Amino acid sequence: MKITQGTFAYLPDLTDTEIEAQLRFVISSGCAVSIEMTDDPHPRNTFWEMWGLPMFDLADPAGVMSELQACRAAFPHHYVRINAFDASAGRETIVLSFLVQQPATEPGFRLERQHAPGRTIRYSATAYALDRPSGERYA
Amino acid sequence: MPRPGVAAAPAAGDAGPDAGPDAGPDAEPDAEPVPERQMADGDEIDLDRARSELGIERALEQLDRELVGLVPVKARLRDVASLLLVDRLRSELGLRTTRPNLHMSFTGPPGTGKTTVATKMAEILHALGYLPTAHLVTVSREDMVGQYVGHTAPRTKDVLKRAMGGVLFIDEAYALHRPENERDYGQEAIEILMQVMEEQRDRLVVILAGYGDRMERFFATNPGLRSRIAHHIDFPPFTVDELVEIGHRALAEQGYELAPEAEEVFRRYVELRSAKPHFANARSIRNALERARLRQATRLVDAGGRVGRAELRRIEPPDLLASRVFLEDEDGPSR
Repeated sequence: MKITQGTFAYLPDLTDTEIEAQLRFVISSGCAVSIEMTDDPHPRNTFWEMWGLPMFDLADPAGVMSELQACRAAFPHHYVRINAFDASAGRETIVLSFLVQQPATEPGFRLERQHAPGRTIRYSATAYALDRPSGERYA
Repeated sequence: MPRPGVAAAPAAGDAGPDAGPDAGPDAEPDAEPVPERQMADGDEIDLDRARSELGIERALEQLDRELVGLVPVKARLRDVASLLLVDRLRSELGLRTTRPNLHMSFTGPPGTGKTTVATKMAEILHALGYLPTAHLVTVSREDMVGQYVGHTAPRTKDVLKRAMGGVLFIDEAYALHRPENERDYGQEAIEILMQVMEEQRDRLVVILAGYGDRMERFFATNPGLRSRIAHHIDFPPFTVDELVEIGHRALAEQGYELAPEAEEVFRRYVELRSAKPHFANARSIRNALERARLRQATRLVDAGGRVGRAELRRIEPPDLLASRVFLEDEDGPSR
């Protein structure tokens, strides 16, 4: 099961050239760019780990691209995303976020049913990947 | 919900358009500008037209006009611009081109225009399509070297990332290396710098600047850095004539002019000042004129009465003669 997320979830995976073009756009609109990664694919897991510090005052995407390559080399089986933060007054939020790497195989989610009082059934989704400890999930 | 992928079947679909590092070959054709057509040997390109289209001529003329003197520097800039132009035309004709190494070192006495030329350099390289942007990031040791273990690498990388796409100008680059302290973090910054200079050659031009003799010693202790820099440009000190010309231009920029009687006084001032220690060429001249403006203002205010445009614009001999440089018994550096 291929997990998609973020601004370009409906598109095929972006190539490096396309990622760079997107970065050029967000940098020219004055956003700070950050790289984050995780190996817990649950959709409600919003707080990913940061790859280095956010990058401010950039003029060219080359700096982000080299950090991205470094991140991919260090975590070849993680989900990696790029966020663009707009600091202008009134906005002050992430304005763009998209995946730039997924693990080669994504086993998907298990549906768990829990019996609650009064014949209620509670459902939860757990990634099969989470059965293994962090760092070995997609190796 | 699909079952966990036991077989390779779902993986094949997933891994295909993967944006991972091995998607490189896919991305390649888009990145390289493909020559539209292969030209034969007989084909020709109009050099003059290409020059004017790219705005090289304009940039170089502007350089000639705005900067006084600096003949060897201008000649080298012209060489670099011509090489880049020829490379561009070669690639248009389908000939093989290698990206030239454009890292530079600017050496010369203080106030000889190293920073100014670096700014122009960024503009010219951008006009020629060598750099994606025309921005210049000026840094010194404090911006790159940290205070404690593990502090230097992020700082240096941050500086390099900010400069990416333009020109990184490292002022007083020899300060990066402190031979008297073997545990200094400067060496770490130099190593990161060298690595990026090699890897990101097409995105970043690094210019190291500083005074001649100290840069010489700096390069002697860092041979790796020296070999990565192709252009060592030496900025000559200005002659008296050039300094006088610079003074005139600085005044004109601010809407002032020298009174005809003040011309000779100003020239004498330049001669005396340039013989004094701590002479910083154009910078000293600009500062001297700044002080002359102060004295002119005081003179006008003290005189009172009515003044016209001409008086407000004019620097008179007394404004210059009040300088300590003219006091023969003063030995120390003039203020």
